[in-house]
Amino acid sequence: MPLVVTIASRQFRSFFNGPTAYIVLALVLFSLGFLFWETFFLYDRASLREMFNLLRAILVVATPALTMGLIAEEKRTGTIELLLTMPVTDRQVLLGKYLGVLAFFMVLIALTFPYAITVATLGPLDWGPVFSGYLGLFLQGAAMLAIGLMASTISDNQIVAFFVGLMLIAAFAMIGMLLPLLPVPIASIAEYVSFTYHFDGLSRGVIDLRAILYYLSIALIAGLIALRSLESRSWS
Amino acid sequence: MVESDVMIRAESLSKRYGEAEALRDASFAIKRGEIVGFLGPNGAGKTTTMKILTCFIAPTSGKASVAGCDVQLDPVGARKNIGYLPEHNPLYTEMLVTEYLEYAAAMRGIRGNDAKRRIRAVVEETDLGPKFGAEIRELSKGYRQRVGLAQALLHEPPILILDEPLSGLDPNQARGVRELIRELGRERTVILSTHHLPEVETTCDRVLIISGGKIVADSTPQELKRSQGRETLALCLKKLDGFDGDAFVRAVGDAEEIRSVRPVASEEPAELHFEIIPSERGDARERLFHEVVARGGVVLGLERRGGGLEDIFRSLTGGKERS
Repeated sequence: MPLVVTIASRQFRSFFNGPTAYIVLALVLFSLGFLFWETFFLYDRASLREMFNLLRAILVVATPALTMGLIAEEKRTGTIELLLTMPVTDRQVLLGKYLGVLAFFMVLIALTFPYAITVATLGPLDWGPVFSGYLGLFLQGAAMLAIGLMASTISDNQIVAFFVGLMLIAAFAMIGMLLPLLPVPIASIAEYVSFTYHFDGLSRGVIDLRAILYYLSIALIAGLIALRSLESRSWS
Repeated sequence: MVESDVMIRAESLSKRYGEAEALRDASFAIKRGEIVGFLGPNGAGKTTTMKILTCFIAPTSGKASVAGCDVQLDPVGARKNIGYLPEHNPLYTEMLVTEYLEYAAAMRGIRGNDAKRRIRAVVEETDLGPKFGAEIRELSKGYRQRVGLAQALLHEPPILILDEPLSGLDPNQARGVRELIRELGRERTVILSTHHLPEVETTCDRVLIISGGKIVADSTPQELKRSQGRETLALCLKKLDGFDGDAFVRAVGDAEEIRSVRPVASEEPAELHFEIIPSERGDARERLFHEVVARGGVVLGLERRGGGLEDIFRSLTGGKERS
């Protein structure tokens, strides 16, 4: 476990050594602030639901940008060979990388707290849905980052990793929009795998165990595929 | 050879990448304290062998063990005993030297005061002191190589695996790193791969020549030279009326220091040329000189030709090497 923490903390600190993380932070907060406050006063309601929905849309692009370098960059520079010849298992390496980017993601989410506080000063804010909404955001982020990590293992090119991650994450995020076009039996399955279906409950204040399990299973499955992909260097 | 003295053992290692066969049936055993050079053309299988020993990739077939740990069954155990400098010496260039060494120490499970003590020790060993606080990206190649070596030494590994530790260094840097490796090899088992043949002659106790995925030679540099080296002597004499070349050839041919001697056609009318293959006993040059003088001849020239590791390497690897 201490090794996982060492890997995670190096990863976390490395975000602040390059420009990518700062760009992502700035773009997320700027676009969120602009889009949210632009319409906030039109709705005239002290609620953060709109902010959560915007944030989830922005994160579809932001999370693969955070994860694209996790493994791909180590492959490109060759440091992957140093990392994987340390006395660690592949699983510890992936877990460390994942926790590192998850920690950075939590910093990103925490930077939106001032919005919640601002909204609360403007009107009577119901804190229940705010807490469950943040929980949903964390869970959905965890699933998105795991998918992004998986995409990062397949290439030594960050751009490839970014677009593969973006496509997969966008598929989960947008499948809900296609529902009216799908035949009924498929539509109900598609609805169940979509992020939107599970997030809606959470953003209304309903903490549903099925939603939690859904996000965690996606993260786990993506993580297992990432592990397979990383191990495949041995038999390729 | 006592079994426990074998630090690295490879049995019939093979590795295929798709259709390409990178390593074919390689077997060797390396003892504690040996410095072994892997020599071979690019793509011969040197790096593949090292990647298997450090458990970065698995062999397609065959077995290998490092310090008694099977590389496939106990990779973490094997890695604990190895300090590794991969090819091209990859580093996290955005980190400071000190940060990087702290990170590497933590990855090796060395923490707190132990980490401080070990970092101080390796910085001293690799002479990194003046660059301790520098960013790795700002360092010259020679210093980067030292950072890579320092990282490999942190956990005091009994085995060092260095993939082309001298490539890309200028002669001064190379000399420094070479001396360091020789120093490190005093108490450790070292495997290094190189294109630079004189390195093997001066640094290594033993040399494995790998070509086309196979080990084509395994011996000491001296032995290799003796068994494979066709060292010849080229003798040039002044053509004198009183000097009988045929009698000279007969007399010298019987000497124990000399295996064979034959006259060679000369472009210079005033000179006699001979090609002599020395035997392993005594010094043929001394004998030749005395024979010539005793017969009233005059030596104009005597030189050694071929027989260096360079020639052996070329003949064993089919002249395919690129360095």
